[in-house]
Amino acid sequence: MNEVPLNHVLFVSTALFFIGMYGLFTRRNMITMLMSVELILNSVNINFVAFNKYLYPDKLDGVFFAIFIITIAAAEAAVAIAIIINLYRSHHSIDVKDAEEMRF
Amino acid sequence: MSASAIFFYILSISILGAGLLAVTTKKIFRSAIWLLFSLIGIAGLYFWMQMEFIAAVQIIVYVGGIVVLIIFSIFLTQQSGKQMARPSIGRIVFSLLAVCIGFALTYSLLQPYVFQPPSSAPVDMSVRNIGNQMLSTTQHGYVLPLEVVSVLLLAAMIGCIVIAMKIKTQAK
Repeated sequence: MNEVPLNHVLFVSTALFFIGMYGLFTRRNMITMLMSVELILNSVNINFVAFNKYLYPDKLDGVFFAIFIITIAAAEAAVAIAIIINLYRSHHSIDVKDAEEMRF
Repeated sequence: MSASAIFFYILSISILGAGLLAVTTKKIFRSAIWLLFSLIGIAGLYFWMQMEFIAAVQIIVYVGGIVVLIIFSIFLTQQSGKQMARPSIGRIVFSLLAVCIGFALTYSLLQPYVFQPPSSAPVDMSVRNIGNQMLSTTQHGYVLPLEVVSVLLLAAMIGCIVIAMKIKTQAK
């Protein structure tokens, strides 16, 4: 593990964050936008765990932050999917262009 | 270059490639499967950093929970073989521009920074230590966030049931 510098791990997490950002910008389907959000949250988790492992190996705080982020991501995904299913029931579509009642 | 470093670069290429395919592929079911591979690669990255507990949590919660939930919701809401509409060229160009500029800015700030190497001895990363610190009420304990997050999970669970519940109309 010591041969790889921390900057390379941070390169991976930054690239993953912006890949998720690209998906969030271009996709118009709610489920795929949710997947992009999951990618973004995972890139943040990589950062926390890498900083904990490389810079503060005597503490466990990064691990706890990663665990709490995973928990909240699971809750967020469940609520988002409940909303998506409810939206599909009323609009018969999960495209964000079709849900425009509260837009303006 | 040692085997560990080679393993890291293979893992990162697979994570980034699968992530890129997950946000660009046309069929939504394939997108979910590519997301699955990307998350497995991230779990492999945690194993590579010798964080076995986080890797296990990642596999259980993400791969076993969230991706399965996403796949079920794909089955519930649309035909999985259908092609998604291609986004307009202008949107692709401008989001690519924004993403590339953001990445270049972030990484140019990150690249020259020199991180101080750790000075203290590493702590034992076993599950026993993690559990002890998570439930301790002393200064560095995490028992209050644990309770708050458990209340949040309960609220999310009830909220999901209420949101997705079908309201029966009285047919009389």
